Amino acid sequence: MSDNPITGTLRVKTGLAEMLKGGVIMDVVNAEQAKIAEDAGAVAVMSLERVPADIRAAGGVARMADPSRVEEIVKAVSVPVMAKCRIGHFVEAQILQSLGVDYIDESEVLTPADEEYHVDKWGFTVPFVCGARNLGEALRRIGEGAAMIRTKGEPGTGNVVEAVRHMRTMLDEIGWVAGLREEQLFGAAKDLQAPYELVKWVHENKTLPVVNFSAGGIATPADAALMMQLGCDGVFVGSGIFKSGNPSTRAKAIVEATTHFNDPDIIARVSRDLGEAMVGINISDIPDAERMQERGW
Amino acid sequence: MRVGVLALQGAFREHILDLEAQGASVVAVRLPGQLDGLNGLVIPGGESTAIAKLMVSYGFYEAIRGRHAEGMAVWGTCAGAILMATDIADARPDQEPLGLMEAVVRRNAYGRQVDSFEADLDIAHIDAPFPGVFIRAPLIERVGEKAEILACHNGRIVAVRQGDLLATTFHPELTGDPRIHRYFLDHVIGAR
Repeated sequence: MSDNPITGTLRVKTGLAEMLKGGVIMDVVNAEQAKIAEDAGAVAVMSLERVPADIRAAGGVARMADPSRVEEIVKAVSVPVMAKCRIGHFVEAQILQSLGVDYIDESEVLTPADEEYHVDKWGFTVPFVCGARNLGEALRRIGEGAAMIRTKGEPGTGNVVEAVRHMRTMLDEIGWVAGLREEQLFGAAKDLQAPYELVKWVHENKTLPVVNFSAGGIATPADAALMMQLGCDGVFVGSGIFKSGNPSTRAKAIVEATTHFNDPDIIARVSRDLGEAMVGINISDIPDAERMQERGW
Repeated sequence: MRVGVLALQGAFREHILDLEAQGASVVAVRLPGQLDGLNGLVIPGGESTAIAKLMVSYGFYEAIRGRHAEGMAVWGTCAGAILMATDIADARPDQEPLGLMEAVVRRNAYGRQVDSFEADLDIAHIDAPFPGVFIRAPLIERVGEKAEILACHNGRIVAVRQGDLLATTFHPELTGDPRIHRYFLDHVIGAR
């Protein structure tokens, strides 16, 4: 027995996300930042060309990071490395898989490459994480093969309000599906525009079938603990760390607040004297066309 | 029977549910004081570097060593198996092992995530097969004289017991199969 290992199964794909739970995944653009993130206790790093705040500032088309940069990060740290590809850009995804990244984020932070189809994620050995604002979006992505979900929030803003909105929406809709009668699930699947089998799974299990992290606007230890108390499994911090005054100290504080999210004494202690947080943006000041959360469908 | 699951980071919820289903009274351990009165502790899978840093910050090293010396059994899965060893083969300079089980463990020994795999295992004291889920798994390269090797996969050690210590490089908590949790409660806790 036991000589036939099978790779790329749904269980090993979703399983890695299970191992990241209760942790902080940090955006990094080079090896130096990746090491700072790992030293601070990040459970994984997200490799990308520019952090969302800089993508927002620069405008233009945002793409997958340069392969040399991704490889440099893969070599620099021992924690899992994630990397972003554009929505629907399956060749960027193929490249990232060939570079040996541990998770691909098919991300609205980059400029979408396909306005109709997301990547068919079932064909890959590497697992995918995708953004979602609500239950329907999450189940569509899972139906396409995503092994992990993150609520989108509004990336690059340092403003947690959209992250809260999306997490609450997700939980409210899960509660709604859980409370339906069996014969109402067909109608729910139609309303959610989601696969019936997955709607039925949520109805029976009262949760998402995969791990759900929170992302998009988390800038402080208190933000991270807020999202954990609302019920997410862990957090992504993008611009919030390396756009702040003291990345290393802030990163470590966010890690501790994520673990001890129910302990206000610890969160108060780690929140002291962190220096400048990133400058935030009010969501109402962002033109509709520049809201990253509207990308992906 | 009171059992703790180290709940700093990783797949601790699954272990808690599995142990509760086996009738144990389970504590999610986030601070060292919560180790008091436990018969056993599970160190779950997760990121060993992240868990180790939190263990250092909150004084878990001495607390776990001390409680183990007083008779608390310990089971480490994946990252937990790395942390409980005496030697981590490719440790970061700041990564200190707990040094409970005489073993040399190598992190991410099978490659990257695309090399993570499932395979059926033949485990001593448990009816075959047991579903093995290996995620960026470590390898137990060597064990001490007091160790009993419980299972190998393709000649590589994946499960070891040394008295009241148990190490598995795979993830029983992701399978819904409770047999290793049962084995820990019945045969590892209380053994010396």
